Amino acid sequence: MTAPAPLLSVRGMTHTWDGIHGCRDIDFDLYPGEVLCVVGESGSGKSTLLQAVSCQVAPQAGSVRYDLREEGLTDLATLSSARLRLLARTDWGFVRQNARDGLRMQVSAGANIAERLMAVGQRHYGGLREVAGNWLHKMEIDVGRLDDAPASFSGGMQQRLQIARNLVTHPRMVFMDEPTASLDVSVQARLLDLLRQLVSDLGLAAIVVTHDLAVARLLAHRTLVMRGGRVVESGLTDQILDDPQHPYTQLLVSSILQS
Amino acid sequence: MTSTDMPSFASATQAEVVRDPHYNFGYLDESTKRMLRRALLKAVAIPGYQVPFGSREMPLPYGWGTGGIQVTAAIIGAGDVLKVIDQGSDDTTNAINIRRFFARVTGVRTTESTRAASIVQTRHRIPETPLREGQIVVFQVPIPEPLRWLEPSETETRTMHALAEYGGMHVKLYEDIAQHGHIATTYDYPVVVNERYMMRPSPIPKFDNPKLDNNPALMLFGAGREKRVYAVPPYTRVKSLDFQDHPFTVEKWSDCCALCGSRDSYLDEIILDDQGTRRFVCSDTEYCADRQAAGHGGPAAGEYTA
Repeated sequence: MTAPAPLLSVRGMTHTWDGIHGCRDIDFDLYPGEVLCVVGESGSGKSTLLQAVSCQVAPQAGSVRYDLREEGLTDLATLSSARLRLLARTDWGFVRQNARDGLRMQVSAGANIAERLMAVGQRHYGGLREVAGNWLHKMEIDVGRLDDAPASFSGGMQQRLQIARNLVTHPRMVFMDEPTASLDVSVQARLLDLLRQLVSDLGLAAIVVTHDLAVARLLAHRTLVMRGGRVVESGLTDQILDDPQHPYTQLLVSSILQS
Repeated sequence: MTSTDMPSFASATQAEVVRDPHYNFGYLDESTKRMLRRALLKAVAIPGYQVPFGSREMPLPYGWGTGGIQVTAAIIGAGDVLKVIDQGSDDTTNAINIRRFFARVTGVRTTESTRAASIVQTRHRIPETPLREGQIVVFQVPIPEPLRWLEPSETETRTMHALAEYGGMHVKLYEDIAQHGHIATTYDYPVVVNERYMMRPSPIPKFDNPKLDNNPALMLFGAGREKRVYAVPPYTRVKSLDFQDHPFTVEKWSDCCALCGSRDSYLDEIILDDQGTRRFVCSDTEYCADRQAAGHGGPAAGEYTA
C-alpha cells in the first residue's frame, strides 16, 4: 500500500528576523485532513514558522511545497505573488488570535462571511446571503444577526465569525495562530469542540500554533514541540503528551495542572 | 490640443478676453505642462489606471479643483473654447472663478454652451447635452483611489490594482443592500474601465455613470492633492458594479423640472420655505435654459427669469 501524498511538505526551512531569532531547519509533512499543533513557549519561533509556511515571509533557506489542485506538489517559492495571493484567498484560511485583526469590523457579519465568495467572482446577492446565513447557523450563531456589526458580537462569536469567513470557500488548509488564547475557558471549550467537528466534517488540514497543551490534546493528531527556534520533539500528540522524551517537553507536560 | 481642426467651436458665446502677459500661457511653465501631458498620454494608453504626476502648488486651495485646473492648463491651446461647470451650474463661484482664471492666463474664449466648448472642466456633473468626438471633459477629483476605504495602505492598493483583486469592492454594495434594501451609493459610484481597472468616477451622481460608457469625448481626471491623473479614452467600455439580482440603476424623480419640464435630466431638490414646500429643477443650468428658450416649460415656468 502506498502512503497518501502530503498536502504540505516542509524541508530544512529557516527564517530568522535578525540572524538569531526565528525558526531553523524545520522539517514536517502535513497530510490532508490532519491537524498539526505547534507548541512552545513565547519566542520559540512558533509564529515565525506559521508566517514562513504560509508565505507571509519568504523562508531564507529550505523549501515549502504545497499540493496544488492542478500541478501537484509545488515549491511555493516558484509561484508568482498573484498565484500565492489567490491560493491564500481560496485554498487557505487564516484564523488570527484577535478576531478583530481577521474581520472587517465596519461591515456586517454577512458581508464578512460573503467577502471571499465575492472575491472569487460570485455576484448574486441572494445566493451570497443564503450561504452566509448557512454558515452562521453552522457556527451556532442566530441567523437573525446576519446584518449586525461584528463589534456587537461577543469575543467567542467574533472568533466563530472569523472562522466562518475563512471556511466559506472550502479551503483545504487553515492556519490558526492561538485561536482560543483570548477567550475565557468555557468559551474556549465550546470553540474547540466546534473546531474539532468542522475539521472532521470538512476534511480540513490545519496548523494550529498554541502555547496551550490542552488545545493540542483536544484538536491535534500530531504535535511539534519548539524551543529556541528548533523543533525539539515531534510525533503523535498522545505519545508526546503521555510519554515525553525531550527534557523540555517533559517540563512542559509536567507544568500542566493535573485534574 | 488646439481646436484648429474643429471649426464648429468658433461660435463661442462670450467675447474674447485679453491675456495677461505676465503669466506664461496657461499659468504653468512649459516643462510642467509637458510633464503633465506625458502623464496624461500614459493615462489614455491605460484606461482607468492612476498615473502619478508632480502636482504643483496652484493659486487656490486643494479641494477647489487644483487637479482639474492643472490638467486643463496642460492641454489648453489658443484655439480652444472653455466651459467650466460646478454642480452642473455655469454660474457658481467656483465655476466663474476658474473660467476667469483661464481667460486671464490664456486669453482663450470661454462659453456656457456645451456644444460650443472644446474643453469642459467639471466638478460633480457631466453635461446633459451629449458630448461628441473631439471634445475633452476634465474632472476635478478629490480622492482617486476606489479601494481606499477597503485598504488604507497605498502599496497594498497598488498591488490590488496590479492583480485586479477587486472582490472587496462588492462588500460595500452588499452592505448597502443589507442595510437599506437597495444599493444606496449615489455618487462616486465605482466603475470598471475597459474590463480592467477599477475607477472612481469623481463625485458625479451615479445618474451620470451611463454617460461615461462608450462616450465619444475624451475624459481626463485630475487629483491635485493626491497627485494622480487618469483617463477614459473615447468609446471605452465603462461598467458600473452591481449584483446579478440587484442591477445598477440611476436616480429617478417623481416630478419633472419646475422650470423646463424635463424628465430626463438630473434634478436638484430645492426647499422653498419652512413649511417644507419643495421644487425640483435641473442641475445642469445650461441644459435647462436651452430648453426654456426652445419653448419647453414646467409647472413654475415664468416665475423666475432663467
